Amino acid sequence: MAKKHEYGLLIDYEYCTGCYTCQIACAQEYQWPAGMGGIRVNEIVQQLPNDKAYLTYLPFPTELCVLCKPRTKKGLKPACVTHCMSGCMTYGPIEELAKEMTKKPRMVLWVPK
Amino acid sequence: MGKSRTKIVPTTTWSAGPGCHGGCGVLAHIRDGKLVKLEGDPSHPWNHGRLCARALSMTQYANHPDRLHHPLKRVGERGEGKWERMSWEEAFDLIERKMNNIRETHGPESMVFAAGTGRDIYPWICMLAYAFDSPNVMFALTGNACYGPRLAAVDTVQGDYSVFDAGQWWPDRYDDPRYEKPECMIIWGYNIHATCPDNLFGHWIIDLMKKGTKIICIDPRLSFFASRAKHWLQLRPGTDSALAMGFLNVIINEDLYDHEFLERWTNGAHLVRKDTGKLLRESDVSVEGSSANYVVWDSKREKAVIWDTTAVACESQDISPMISGQCKIWLADGKETECHTVWDAFKDEADKYPPDEVEKITGVPADDIVRAAGFYARSKPASIHWGVAVDMTPALTPLVQAISCLWALTGNLDVPGGNVTARLAFDVAPYALPGSKGAIRLRSEELDKPRIGKDQCMPLNKFYWRSQTDMVFEQIFTGKPYPIKGLWLQTAGIMQGLGMDPKKWREAFKKLDFIVAVDVFHTPTTQYADVVLPTGTFLEKDSFRSWWVPLQSINKAMTTDECLSDAEINFELARRFDPEFKFESLHDLFDDILKPSGMSFKELQKKGWAYPPEGSSSCPYLRHEKGLLRPDKKPGFRTPTGLFELWATLREEWDLEPLPHHEEPPFTPVSRPDLAKEYPLILSTGRRSPAFFHSEHRNIPWLRDIDPDPIVEIHPKTAKAHGIGHGEWIWIENWMGRVKFKAKITPVVPTWMIMAAHGWWFPEKEAAEPSLFGAFESNINLLIPMGHQGKDGMGAPIKHLMCRIYKYTPEEVTHG
Repeated sequence: MAKKHEYGLLIDYEYCTGCYTCQIACAQEYQWPAGMGGIRVNEIVQQLPNDKAYLTYLPFPTELCVLCKPRTKKGLKPACVTHCMSGCMTYGPIEELAKEMTKKPRMVLWVPK
Repeated sequence: MGKSRTKIVPTTTWSAGPGCHGGCGVLAHIRDGKLVKLEGDPSHPWNHGRLCARALSMTQYANHPDRLHHPLKRVGERGEGKWERMSWEEAFDLIERKMNNIRETHGPESMVFAAGTGRDIYPWICMLAYAFDSPNVMFALTGNACYGPRLAAVDTVQGDYSVFDAGQWWPDRYDDPRYEKPECMIIWGYNIHATCPDNLFGHWIIDLMKKGTKIICIDPRLSFFASRAKHWLQLRPGTDSALAMGFLNVIINEDLYDHEFLERWTNGAHLVRKDTGKLLRESDVSVEGSSANYVVWDSKREKAVIWDTTAVACESQDISPMISGQCKIWLADGKETECHTVWDAFKDEADKYPPDEVEKITGVPADDIVRAAGFYARSKPASIHWGVAVDMTPALTPLVQAISCLWALTGNLDVPGGNVTARLAFDVAPYALPGSKGAIRLRSEELDKPRIGKDQCMPLNKFYWRSQTDMVFEQIFTGKPYPIKGLWLQTAGIMQGLGMDPKKWREAFKKLDFIVAVDVFHTPTTQYADVVLPTGTFLEKDSFRSWWVPLQSINKAMTTDECLSDAEINFELARRFDPEFKFESLHDLFDDILKPSGMSFKELQKKGWAYPPEGSSSCPYLRHEKGLLRPDKKPGFRTPTGLFELWATLREEWDLEPLPHHEEPPFTPVSRPDLAKEYPLILSTGRRSPAFFHSEHRNIPWLRDIDPDPIVEIHPKTAKAHGIGHGEWIWIENWMGRVKFKAKITPVVPTWMIMAAHGWWFPEKEAAEPSLFGAFESNINLLIPMGHQGKDGMGAPIKHLMCRIYKYTPEEVTHG
């Protein structure tokens, strides 16, 4: 029987500034060597009409993300969410996070493996 | 795993470590004396548990295998990278002997003490210099062009600095009933959220944006803020002052300014003589009159009335000062002269910058200027915050004047959500100055006389007593008026980040008899020292942080081998150099500096942080109305007139232009069309990376992974025209030389400008010359000159040079 996925990470990428805190918080928590880790920040520069552009940063949970089970078991938030500088990451039950998504645009909900 | 073995030490970030200007509350997890984890302190009102990538990398920093662990003595030639371990006693003895020799032979001023970015180490550098009797404390950047000039220029017109308001004055921050969020915020040349400079937490602005604050972003480069701004004004670098004048033009001509503030709190009504173009002073109209008093015209009684700067008021009450208009005044010498008001002169100056003219200078469309200026002026409250781009131009003072006038004339000075007057918490002043009454000061005024630049750079005498860096640099070569023989380097990475024209700095180093470098790691700069002293990170020291609000303690959480804190090192040497040094221990000294807070260092440590109470000069708002700013407690500002000065009386006294205006910088396509033929692209530099603070952190694996190479951003069209592909190595070249960068093809920069990252060296490469950690490969400062500081010694052209770019040849790729 397939494992039931209950929890996810909601990212409000309107406010992600590309500070890389999530990436390093994860590396510190699990002592990953440089280049590995549970979350990576991507920079997306979208060219717009009239020589304009739009800059987006998007944290992406990798194959190494365990949604910080060792922390959440103790009632703590995941390391990335705890330290996120712009407070644009939320950890919680998928249904609740999905409801949050109806309130504003530029959100993405990740359900890591 | 014995959890009980882990000790959690709460402390405050500042200095070596994250590299920033600090303030974040952190919890250091220490096991067996070593840092195993650093987390944000959720109870701390500054950051509420948030923490940046650099602070979160502290385990890799504090426990780094390349840390300096012992004092080192150079045994080879300078730059050979040969060192011998010494004990601290040997190191202190050697330094004492060598520096005393310089003091006795050439005088104490022949020893220069160089510092870098704003850290808690600055006071201890001053302490050491002053104990040695040298006035020459130098911030080693051309034109002293970071922060200090901004502070001095704002002080010139309003007597105090001011910053954007994120409720940082109270523990409950945004929820405090006194607080109001800005409707609009101008972010001027600032990527603040990347590195948190200038004693502010950059992501406070994100907090405000979430609460509804709209952004106007002034930046030639598409930043996060530019992307999300209501108005993004993409100006040509170096034309900020024209844009600010354009804003003033719109705000005045559309009558969007605060008439009450203008009339009550500025020197707008003071009279200016049309014959001399100078302020009319009381001494002009009566023989026994004071030159420190000014004159206004009472339009009710049609007569001149004296503005008494001691009383901070007019000599007669119930008058109707003329804010705009002409009048004839009989002078003490019997002649008559025509006068108009400061406000009229100010308007005349602003009238030189109509939006369509400003468009021609800045490249920002006139309509955008009108809309953005109008939006700023109509938003209540609104705030402005600016970055180092403002300092990095030679005419920075007139630029800063213009921007300060914007927040003053729109009624946003020291109001909730506006530009709030920033004072050191409880007036605890660790950044000691020779004239100050604090613990750290020169023994006498006499000792300050040989300070380099004192004669020519008046802001350095009035606001912060530093040497003028470009003049020190020149004096090392000329030896005039006196020789420079020794250099103390602490927080000053001159070869890899702070020094422009670093190859010439290397020559300068080689001319000196004795150099001491204090650092955490070896760098290209330490290679030229005779003695290298190992210091600690912020986790390895007791200290405190008093830079605006709150007052915070920094608590020692661990030690690393023989490393001493910067304060400990300088304290020991200060005691040796100054027979009258009155402090027994570092804590004695801290207690003395902390006196105005009513707390000892131990008491502050127990609290962790402390906020000044209502009624204190470091607690907002409207302190000019409440008489909290001036030493005499009278309402007004701490300026010569007691008013916000639209016409800067100090600038007039210093024979500099008293009104804000635009000056074209020295190396632009406009000022140097001849150079533009060969170097058609604008070379800008200094965009921030969240992974690095200036030249630091290239050796921290997690951080280097984020930003592995020296990147130059090039617009896709420009790259195509030069046949340059994404990720290819290129040369950036101008008349000073060439440097190697990796191309990032991106539309975040305009077609006519490239943005090269600064502070690049390669800790993984060989230390000894010629490699010098690769310091001369990709250091953009190799293309930036020294010696082009502003007229008042402040500011320098750092962010707007000129260059050409071309591909690395295949041979160079193979062998380079």
